[in-house]
Amino acid sequence: MEDLSLHILDIVENPILAGSSRIEVILEKKKKEDILILFIIDDGSGMDKETLDIVSSPFYSSKEGKRFGLGISLLKQAALETEGTFEINSKAGVGTEIKALFKSEHPDMKPLGDIMLTIRMLRLSHPEIEFYYEDRSNSK
Amino acid sequence: MKLKPEDLKKISEKMEASTNLRSGAGRAKITVHMGTCGIATGARDIMKAFLDELEASGKKDIIFTTTGCAGLCSHEPMATIEIQGESPVKYVHLTKEKVKIIFEEHVLNGNIVKGSALGRGSERVG
Repeated sequence: MEDLSLHILDIVENPILAGSSRIEVILEKKKKEDILILFIIDDGSGMDKETLDIVSSPFYSSKEGKRFGLGISLLKQAALETEGTFEINSKAGVGTEIKALFKSEHPDMKPLGDIMLTIRMLRLSHPEIEFYYEDRSNSK
Repeated sequence: MKLKPEDLKKISEKMEASTNLRSGAGRAKITVHMGTCGIATGARDIMKAFLDELEASGKKDIIFTTTGCAGLCSHEPMATIEIQGESPVKYVHLTKEKVKIIFEEHVLNGNIVKGSALGRGSERVG
């Protein structure tokens, strides 16, 4: 993926398929620490622990007949390449939360891209789902 | 915030337009493939190009939707056009310019754009 906005568009496919009614995309920028955190939070079907353990593998997909699932593994790779971190927490029946932390000044940090275009495309293609976007930029 | 009657009218019109994108009895259906492979090769711009054409046309009988990977990753970005009563046609290696031609020729006039089409049919049965 060229930029983070495309990763978001890609990743959000998962909570859409998991039957979410609300998906939150939150960008938290901590300028003084050169950190950018991306949260993707949904109220979809969630995952059990066994699935959660393997979901970051590129050789896992929940879709029938598919042997690969690159979305989560590519986002994780993008975060880790900046010496950041990647966490995914989920509870069956409750929802899933992804937290990808990027070191924003790292040479391998990808550009943000057109986040608003991503959100607009998501809203237009899935009007039945509420997409919430928040940019928590601050100078701390 | 208090809503005024004209605000409600605007919301109603907006909802009607957005609902039209996903459901209803459409004469034609546009499906853009938005799997990881599609997005990595520019599917978002293709989606925007189709939506721009759709908006400019003012047509209300065209359904727009998205789907995932069709298993033909090397042919992305891709879209499937389906005219009611006809087999779906897959278009591959799309560009904004091709989208414009496909929209005008196939979606609006029903003529398959052979140079950009991979073939007829769906990637899944059932």
